[in-house]
Amino acid sequence: MTDMQAQTQAAQAVTSPGHDIEIRDLYKIFGPEAHRHIDAVKAGMTKEELNSRYNHVLGLHNINLTIPFGKITVIMGLSGSGKSTLIRHINGLITPTAGEVIHEGQDVVAMTPAQLRDFRRRKTAMVFQKFALLPHRTVLENTIYGLSIQGVARAAAEEKARYWINRVGLQGFEDYYPKQLSGGMQQRVGLARALTNDAEILLMDEAFSALDPLIRVDMQSILLELQEELHKTIIFITHDLDEALRLGDKIAILRDGALEQVGTGQDIVLNPANDYIASFVKEVNRGRIIKARTIATPAAEGAPLPDFTVRARSELDLVARRMIKADVRTAQVREADGTLVGLIDLPAILDAMVNPATAASDD
Amino acid sequence: MDLYDFPEMGRGDLRAMRLAIDGAFRDFTRAYGETLENLFDPIRALLVLIETLMINSPWVVVLAVIAALIWIMSRSWKIVAGTVLAMLLIGYFGMWEDTMRTIAMVAVCTLVAIVLGIPIGILMARSDRLNAWVTPLLDMMQTMPSFVYLIPVVMIFGLGKVPGVIAVVIYAIPPIIRLTNLGIRQVPADVLEAAEAFGSDAWQKLRNVQLPLALPTIMAGVNQTIMMSLAMVVVASMIGVRGLGQPVLQAINNQYFTLGVMNGLAIVAIAIIFDRATQAYGKRLQKHSEIGHD
Repeated sequence: MTDMQAQTQAAQAVTSPGHDIEIRDLYKIFGPEAHRHIDAVKAGMTKEELNSRYNHVLGLHNINLTIPFGKITVIMGLSGSGKSTLIRHINGLITPTAGEVIHEGQDVVAMTPAQLRDFRRRKTAMVFQKFALLPHRTVLENTIYGLSIQGVARAAAEEKARYWINRVGLQGFEDYYPKQLSGGMQQRVGLARALTNDAEILLMDEAFSALDPLIRVDMQSILLELQEELHKTIIFITHDLDEALRLGDKIAILRDGALEQVGTGQDIVLNPANDYIASFVKEVNRGRIIKARTIATPAAEGAPLPDFTVRARSELDLVARRMIKADVRTAQVREADGTLVGLIDLPAILDAMVNPATAASDD
Repeated sequence: MDLYDFPEMGRGDLRAMRLAIDGAFRDFTRAYGETLENLFDPIRALLVLIETLMINSPWVVVLAVIAALIWIMSRSWKIVAGTVLAMLLIGYFGMWEDTMRTIAMVAVCTLVAIVLGIPIGILMARSDRLNAWVTPLLDMMQTMPSFVYLIPVVMIFGLGKVPGVIAVVIYAIPPIIRLTNLGIRQVPADVLEAAEAFGSDAWQKLRNVQLPLALPTIMAGVNQTIMMSLAMVVVASMIGVRGLGQPVLQAINNQYFTLGVMNGLAIVAIAIIFDRATQAYGKRLQKHSEIGHD
């Protein structure tokens, strides 16, 4: 199999109809008698009461979330918010106390061990915070792990593994052991191992959190670049809002085991659901999140349009930079297909980029 | 109440109890002794085969095979050279045949200990309950004076090779069980979780993750087992196992100082050879963890 063939095969895997993942009414109580307390929790017992009276920990509280096919869904939260617990419900590494995880009409929670193994092998792949590579196996041997336990013939598995090792930029390192590589390179192996599995669902558990800031941004770029052609259903866990905003088509914010807000990055930055979220997004560089489309005002009928045009999906700081460079104050905003969205001008851009909270405090 | 004399069981009762247990065991031995003996026949056959092969082959061939095995394990010319020199000296001082018998014995005992010990260790690592039951048993096997469990063994099997193997294995198997258990329990949870997330079944996890990562620890157990087998050689000679232990026993009984020292040193030499070879092998298994970043 040549690289070209591997590529078309990857493309085919994407064009086959995909499926959303539906998480419904999910509860997770940690403790020896979790099931005895589930009804009380559903009826409204708080996390504190459950902990102090019964010594059980409420890990996840009534999670309802649709994870759309082919998109990156980021689950964000601070440590202890339950995000790592939540992602492990999707491939059944953790069994919920109540609730369902539906994919392709099948409930992952209700699967037999054999069905679950098959689901993990064919439908999912996972990337871990601490890489979790097999230390006694080379990069190549680590990368083919998923295929080898599926019983794929060695030659075919190796071909695929080499393709993905190249794609993540590790050509030449096939015979190195994980310990010989830096953290960033080890996580590339983790990514290659997951991609070689050719699975529809990619679970990434704080995949870039252990990396240095520059390398982390690097890895984010690699992921976005790959996703543009692969369109996998990616669930990405992070505690870093910048990372969430950069990667997420959809962002779910988790706090103390419950979802606080679900939406696009822009939704969350512009309309925080509560004070907790608001304090979270306070420090965000809004110019990098808000898109031209969002603040474009409709053009008056028949009025002359400005000469300069910007893309509707461009972020404001890019738009501002281009307009200043071109020395214009107003521009038309158009979609990629040419449809006119409206007009935009520099004061409006500036106004949107300035954080309302910070501006108020400086008065 | 009399606080000076311990309120012990009546003498007659104690005697009756002992007689009853001894009698029951004797009956058991008469009824099943032969069956048990037949059960262990393959081990005796293996031991006899290795022994005959080592004693009846030309010494040059035996020496070459030993040197080759040591090379395969250690990949070190120093260890191989030391082995050849030690073996030549042993042969020159007239201990070749006894040494061959002892090596055969240790090899078979180690083999039995590995075949039984590694699966037991794996099961213990998987079950905390089994672990809680077997651990005190292992403590007992290591601390009980070997002569005590030699009594029933000799009652069942008489004197000879098989009771020797059993006595040595009882004494030498605990480290390999313990270290297999420990090694598997020490496998990092995140690596195991990754294997699980990719859909490994229990056997695939054991074969691809747990055993390979535990192997250096298991090898330390094998090393300990070999050392302890050698330590039992003299005790085993008391129940009729031939080899380097017998001349030592003879030397103790007759105060032959030189004979004792010579055979004792031969045991030490074999121990050092086995130790260095298995340790070098264990180190080679860990090669991947010695290099580069951490």
